Amino acid sequence: MVKTILSVDDSASMRQMVRLTLSGAGYQVIEAADGREGLSKAQANTVHMVVTDLNMPNMDGLELIRALRGEPAYKGVPIIFLTTESDEAKKKEAKSAGATGWITKPFQQDQLLAVVKKVLGA
Amino acid sequence: MASIDHKAAIEVVTFALDGEIFALEAGLVREILDAVTITRVPGARPFIDGLINVRGKVVPLADLRLKFGMAMTPATHDTRIIVIEMMLAGEPVTVGVLADKVYEVTTVAGASVQDAPEIGMSWNPDFVKGIGKRDDGFIIIPDIEHIFAAE
Amino acid sequence: MSATADPTAIFLSEAQELMEQLEAALLDLERSPEDRAVVDTAFRALHTIKGSGAMFGFDALARFTHLVETAFDQVRKGALSVSPALVGVTLRAADHMRGLLERPAEVDAAAGEIILAELKQTTGIATSGAASHAPAAEEAEGPATYRVRFRLPANALEMGNNPALLLDELRALGECTVAALTDPVPPLEEIEPSSCYLAWDVVLTTEQPRSAIEAVFIFVIDDMELAIERVREDPQRLGELLVERGDATPEAVNAALSRQDPVGALLVKAGDVTADRVASALAEQDHVRKVGAGAQSAAPKGADSMRVPAERLDSLMDGVGELVIAQARLKQLAGASDNLQMKSVAEEIERLAAGLRDIIMGIRMVPIGSLFGRFRRLVRDLSQDLGKDIALHTAGEETELDKTVIDRLADPIVHLIRNAADHGLEDAAERIAAGKPPQGQVRLSAVHSGSQVLITIGDDGKGLDRARIRAKAEAEGLIEPGAKLGDGELLQMIFQPGLSTAKQVTNLSGRGVGMDVVKRTIEALRGTVEIASTPGQGTEVTLRLPLTLAIIDGLLVRVGEGRYVIPLAAVEECVELSEAEDGRSKGRSILNVRGDLVPFLRLRDLFATGTPPDPYQKVVIVASGDLRVGLVVDQVIGDHQTVIKSLSKLHADVENFSGATILGDGSVALILDVARLISFGQTREDELKTA
Repeated sequence: MVKTILSVDDSASMRQMVRLTLSGAGYQVIEAADGREGLSKAQANTVHMVVTDLNMPNMDGLELIRALRGEPAYKGVPIIFLTTESDEAKKKEAKSAGATGWITKPFQQDQLLAVVKKVLGA
Repeated sequence: MASIDHKAAIEVVTFALDGEIFALEAGLVREILDAVTITRVPGARPFIDGLINVRGKVVPLADLRLKFGMAMTPATHDTRIIVIEMMLAGEPVTVGVLADKVYEVTTVAGASVQDAPEIGMSWNPDFVKGIGKRDDGFIIIPDIEHIFAAE
Repeated sequence: MSATADPTAIFLSEAQELMEQLEAALLDLERSPEDRAVVDTAFRALHTIKGSGAMFGFDALARFTHLVETAFDQVRKGALSVSPALVGVTLRAADHMRGLLERPAEVDAAAGEIILAELKQTTGIATSGAASHAPAAEEAEGPATYRVRFRLPANALEMGNNPALLLDELRALGECTVAALTDPVPPLEEIEPSSCYLAWDVVLTTEQPRSAIEAVFIFVIDDMELAIERVREDPQRLGELLVERGDATPEAVNAALSRQDPVGALLVKAGDVTADRVASALAEQDHVRKVGAGAQSAAPKGADSMRVPAERLDSLMDGVGELVIAQARLKQLAGASDNLQMKSVAEEIERLAAGLRDIIMGIRMVPIGSLFGRFRRLVRDLSQDLGKDIALHTAGEETELDKTVIDRLADPIVHLIRNAADHGLEDAAERIAAGKPPQGQVRLSAVHSGSQVLITIGDDGKGLDRARIRAKAEAEGLIEPGAKLGDGELLQMIFQPGLSTAKQVTNLSGRGVGMDVVKRTIEALRGTVEIASTPGQGTEVTLRLPLTLAIIDGLLVRVGEGRYVIPLAAVEECVELSEAEDGRSKGRSILNVRGDLVPFLRLRDLFATGTPPDPYQKVVIVASGDLRVGLVVDQVIGDHQTVIKSLSKLHADVENFSGATILGDGSVALILDVARLISFGQTREDELKTA
């Protein structure tokens, strides 16, 4: 079964990078440009994993993670957030909001794939 | 490159124009083509009013005979185009040079090359970089930078 | 964006957009320093430039931006307030960032340090370079065996963790023996179904360092129980092992050993150790026995995308151009042949070549927003320098154009915006007197129109002063005093060299480069410039540009023995030059096209073909803006898609041609410079009129 990953980022280049990487590895990728769009796409689709930025307009990543964890369908779905090294406090905050893990920017494509594989399996 | 280093021998490609033997430094020569279709460029300087297709590149074609006041004879089956690449105002420029016939790649001994004499020549001395003596004749080494420089 | 677009290109255009947003936000903050939403926008732009910049290899940009971001993070948190000084230094920082983005190799790092020092002075925040912490290199070790005992936090499953995957990862590190420990599981009535109670013992022999094992648990390591211990490689007796593992006390083991039953069973029976743990210890014993030598390592995979220098794209484009030419030749041969298989291969190749051409053109396409972004800043500076309140509105940023075209458009548009701001827009007092709002508007928009892009620069100022243009043109000798001129023709006069209508030469415009340079630049891009102006309401300049410089659709014609290409975009129609018309027009060269008088040029004469004309000559009517001219040719051969080759430097003095192309038979054809021929035809006609 093809697994679907929701990529939420306000940066088109980051979304593109995520999409190229994941679709190249055989995942189906849905994109959203902010948390609000991400939430509604998550509600409208079956998503096996979420990769989200934290800093976004309209609804930021933390709110999105909390909202997703509030949805019964998204209990147990891996949620990975993108962060920068300096965001140690953010990391804690995101984890307590319900994030599964994170990936630190900048990352290489295979690093992203490794994280996806880590939480989603091969 | 106003004059030629008299000590070193230089490798040249020799060719004929209106019965005279000319030589181009072999280092400049990229390839030698059989005659191809020539497209005339209206409004270009007459000695360089042609265009040819060299492996997909559009390259100007020069007829040095016009610069040396020589007779224009129609192309024969010996006619060749010598494609050279030279530096012009600091930029590489590719140009084809029409030749009645191409002889050979040969070495002209440095000692036999003399700077172009100011007198005793029927053509513009600015266009001649040197005269080489070979066997019983002369080899004219044209000063292509001067010839192709804008007028 | 298509799925194949290069992420770096997307990043660059996005970064341009972000830079624009950042500058816009900074300019807004100048007016309303308290606006939280604007502060957030600025912060987010910085944040994304930093994060994505590092992703796409712009390390210097990422480092620099990080320090600016730090300052704005303070503003966002309310620890720092927005001052004009902060906006000023951040704008300079933005300029520096642009440099790092656009010309990283040329940027002076010292200049960046100065800006950062100023930023520090302004904010009081230390902006020392972020220490890069490369992980300390670990010593390469041979294979080692570890005992990994872990228990996940209770909510691990809800948080999206999957213990089975963690075990898989451990297995991937080397030979593993896994035992689940069920003793942490509470009695049934206390069980939360979504909680994770199990603990695991894993004995792992791996070449990887201990940190690799820790890395498996990276997402949960702070909240979990994890013990990683190096295990002795020589097999131990079970009793010793249980003691070492801390599962049983030495006393219990000794007591069990003193009886002669298997020690594990005894310990379990005595309630000193759970059966699980004995089983796990036995498994470990087994594992250590089994481990011999041999390990596998996986080669790291290469990245799937890469950055490519522009020259390589250019040579790819050249290659595709050659392919298109060769394909045209094949098509010609196939067309003349009866071989159906050959025809079908030729069609297939035509399709493939067209596809390839579209792809490579797509790679070269860049949204014009990257260019528009620069102009907000320009307008702000103009606004300050001129003491006029000016708003810039942009539209169509997503419109894509060949990168080469975009790069060469910047200067002409800067000039047109300067003109609009300086000459077009009135000052506030004049505007109020004219019943207009005091703030002047400059509009910049881009839109696709067929194979062209229209870029419009408009203002709501006073409009062009036709009387002044006429006076100036007459004074310059460009037109005869009192000459009859259409409105379009009169307005086109501003593109003549030396015609500047500014009463007052400011430091902004009237610096020698005028509208004539704009027009020449646009025409060199095979574009045209149109101008419309309504007195009191404003002026609008429209630049019409081809989508790409590399390929054009052309009309192939023959003049004498030479074949020439006329860009199809400029062709309005082809008509026959009747003998009567030909005869009548002697001397005047004017053609009556359905009541319109169109001057025409005999290309045969212009090109001095020296061959007799064909009996039925054709006139190709070409247009640029409002101006039309007829080009008399011997034969119209047909449409021809053309890869444009620029002319050699040795032909820099040649007029009338904008380039050359290679035809299907391998010969070279010249491409007519329509704009130049039109102005030549018009001038000649004017001379004849006045003669």
